[in-house]
Amino acid sequence: MGAESRTLYDKLWERRCVATDDGGVSLIYIDRHIIHEVSSAQAFEGLREAARLPWRVASILATPDHNVPTTDRELGIEGVSDHISRQQIIALDNNCRDFGVLQFSLSDHRQGIVHVIAPEQGMTLPGTTVVCGDSHTATHGAFAALGLGIGTSEVEHVLATQCLRQQKARNMLVHVGGKLRAGVTAKDVALYVIGKIGTAGGTGCSIEFAGEAVRSLSMEGRMTLCNMAIEAGARSGLIAYDEVTEAYLMGRPFAPAGEAWQQAIENWQTLHSDPGAHYDHRHSFDAAEIGPQVTWGTSPEMVVSVDGHVPRPSDFDDDQQARACQDALDYMGLLPGQAMTSIGIDRVFIGSCTNSRIEDIREVARIVSGRKVAASVKQALVVPGSGLVKRQAEKEGLDALIREAGFEWREPGCSMCLAMNADRLLPGEHCASTSNRNFQGRQGPGGRTHLVSPAMAAAAAIAGHFIDISRGELPL
Amino acid sequence: MKPFSTHRGQVFPLDRSNVDTDAILPKQYLKSISKTGYGKWLFDDWRYLDAGDVETRPGDRRTNPQFALNQKPYDSASILVARENFGCGSSREHAVWALRDYGFRVVIAQSFADIFYSNCFKNGLLPVTLPAAVITELLALSRSEPELHLKVDLDRQRVSTHDREWSFDIDAARRHHLLEGLDDIAVTLTQVRAISAFEDALREREPWLFSDEKGAG
Ligand code: SF4
Repeated sequence: MGAESRTLYDKLWERRCVATDDGGVSLIYIDRHIIHEVSSAQAFEGLREAARLPWRVASILATPDHNVPTTDRELGIEGVSDHISRQQIIALDNNCRDFGVLQFSLSDHRQGIVHVIAPEQGMTLPGTTVVCGDSHTATHGAFAALGLGIGTSEVEHVLATQCLRQQKARNMLVHVGGKLRAGVTAKDVALYVIGKIGTAGGTGCSIEFAGEAVRSLSMEGRMTLCNMAIEAGARSGLIAYDEVTEAYLMGRPFAPAGEAWQQAIENWQTLHSDPGAHYDHRHSFDAAEIGPQVTWGTSPEMVVSVDGHVPRPSDFDDDQQARACQDALDYMGLLPGQAMTSIGIDRVFIGSCTNSRIEDIREVARIVSGRKVAASVKQALVVPGSGLVKRQAEKEGLDALIREAGFEWREPGCSMCLAMNADRLLPGEHCASTSNRNFQGRQGPGGRTHLVSPAMAAAAAIAGHFIDISRGELPL
Repeated sequence: MKPFSTHRGQVFPLDRSNVDTDAILPKQYLKSISKTGYGKWLFDDWRYLDAGDVETRPGDRRTNPQFALNQKPYDSASILVARENFGCGSSREHAVWALRDYGFRVVIAQSFADIFYSNCFKNGLLPVTLPAAVITELLALSRSEPELHLKVDLDRQRVSTHDREWSFDIDAARRHHLLEGLDDIAVTLTQVRAISAFEDALREREPWLFSDEKGAG
C-alpha cells in the first residue's frame, strides 16, 4: 500500500529523528532519561572529566533500585548494611545533587523500580523517547512511546547531548487475536510469544503488539507485555495509543494538565499504525490457545503451559537445541517428561519491573486471602514496585491479607529479580518468580528460576507446587 | 578514546559459544562505581576457585590453575578468540571494561550479541567477526602453537599470522570512529546547532514536554 502508510514505530522514529548520516546512523532526540545507581556513576564521572553538563537536566529522573535492601527502609541509608551498595547509592545522591537532577532517593515515598515509577508519575508520555541504562526500558512502549535500553557510555552520551546515535530497527507485528481465558494474563502472553518466536526472534526489530487480546489489557498488563519484548531479543516493544492510555495518564504528576492536556491528547491520536503499513515480520496467535505459562529451563523461551510437561532432549531435531535442553534439565534438576505441576517450590518471588504494580498485588491478595503458604515453601516474598504501589496496597488492606497468608511484605526495589541485594536463592532451590530472566544464577548462584505470572506464583506458594489456575480450585 | 589501527598480540583461545556478560563479569562487580579496574575480575567464576567481591584483594584469592588465562603464555594475551554469540545477556558495559582492563584489544568471534558489539566500539575494543571455519582453524592453530600471535589491521581489515591472512567486514562509520579514536560525544556535539533547532521546534509542537518544574512536589 501507499508509502504514506506508516507503522507506529516509523512515526515515533520520525517524530524524534534529528538527522541521519550517509551511513544510515541517526541522531534521535531523547525526551526522558531515567537513571539508577548501577549504570550511571561512570557516566557522571565521564561528564566531570570532560567538564560537560547535562543538556537538559529537567528530562532526567533518578532513583536507586537495583541493589537497595527491601527491609529497614526507615533507617534510610543507614539501613543499607552492605557498605559497597551503600557507596553506590551515595554516589547517586551526590551526582544528583551536583548536577541538579531530580531524584526519588531511598527515603522518598516515591522511590521504586525505574520502570514502575516513571509511568506512575506520568513521566512516560505517548509519542516520546524514553531511555534508561537498563535493558527492560522496553516497558515504556506500552504508552506508544519508544523505550530504549542503553549502556553506560550511551547514558553519558544522552546526558551530554540529549540524543542517541542509532540505526533504525525493523518492524515486527505480533498479533494476538481473540479473548484470553480466565487465569491467563499479560505475563502468560509474553512468555507464550517468546516460547514461539524464541529469545532471538525479535533481534534487530521493534515489536508492536496488537489484536483484541492486547487491546483488552489494562495499562499495567500492557507494560508487562512490552517489558518482556527484550527477552524476545527485540530492541523495543510497542502498543498503540488509545482511551486506556489516556485514562491512565490523566492527572498523573508529570502529565500535562488543563489546556496542555487537551492539546496533548489531540496530538496523540495519530499514535497507531496506519492501515496497510508495512511490517518486515508478522506473527499471529490465538489468545484462546494460551494457558498459564511456566518456564522449565534457563532461558525465557524454555517455557510450556502449566498443564504440559518438561520436554525431552529427543523432542528437538536440532543438535544444539537438544544439548541446550539437556544442560538446562541438569541445571534445573528436572526429569524429561516430568509434569510441570509436579515441580515443588522452595521460594516465591512476586516483584520486579515485570510484575510489581498494584493490579499484580491485588491479584495476589485475592488468591492468597484466607489461605496459607504451604509448609514446604521456605520463603514467599512480595516486593512492591514502588513506594506508591506499597502505600496504595496498604490503603486497600492488601498487605494484611498477604502477610496473614504467610508472605513477607517488603520495601520496593529490584530485589530477587537480579539478587544484587540480600534477597536471593540458595543453590538448588526452585523459585516461582514473576521476574523476567531465568538465566543460570540470576536469582543467586545455583538457583532455579521458574518464570510465571503473579497469579500463578501466588497459587504455587499456597499449593507448594505449580497448579493450573485456569482449571483447578485452590487448596485451602 | 585510544585510536586503534594495528595490533599484534598473543591469542587466548576460548572455545565456547554463548559466552554471556555474566560469565565475562559477574554481577557482584557491578557495584563498583569506577570506570576502570575490572580486569582482575574478568571471567571471575572460571578464573578463581573461591568467591570474591569488589573488596577482596586479588592476592587473597585462589586462582584456578586449570583455566587457560591463568597459564603462560595466555596470561599475556590481548586477542581473544571464541565461537558464536559472544557477549549475550545483560547490557552491562562493565563486561567490555573488564576485557579492556585486562589488556584485550581484540575479540574475534563467529558472531556477537547486539549491545555488547556496540559497547566495544565505545571503549576501543575491536570486535572482529570471522566465519565459523576460520574460527575453527584459528582455535586449532592456537592449540598446536600456544604462542600463536596474530596481527589485526583495522585499516586494511585483515587478520594475519606470519603466513596466513583473512579479511573481515566492518561497518565503515564504526571503523572510522575506532581508527580516529573519536569520542562519540564530541562527534555528536559538532551537531549542536541541529539538536538545538530540533529541540526548539519540538518545544513549539509538544510544549507539554517542557513544563519542567511541575510534579516536583
Ligand atoms: S526489576 Fe529486574 S529487570 Fe527490572 S529493572 Fe530491576 S533488575 Fe532490571
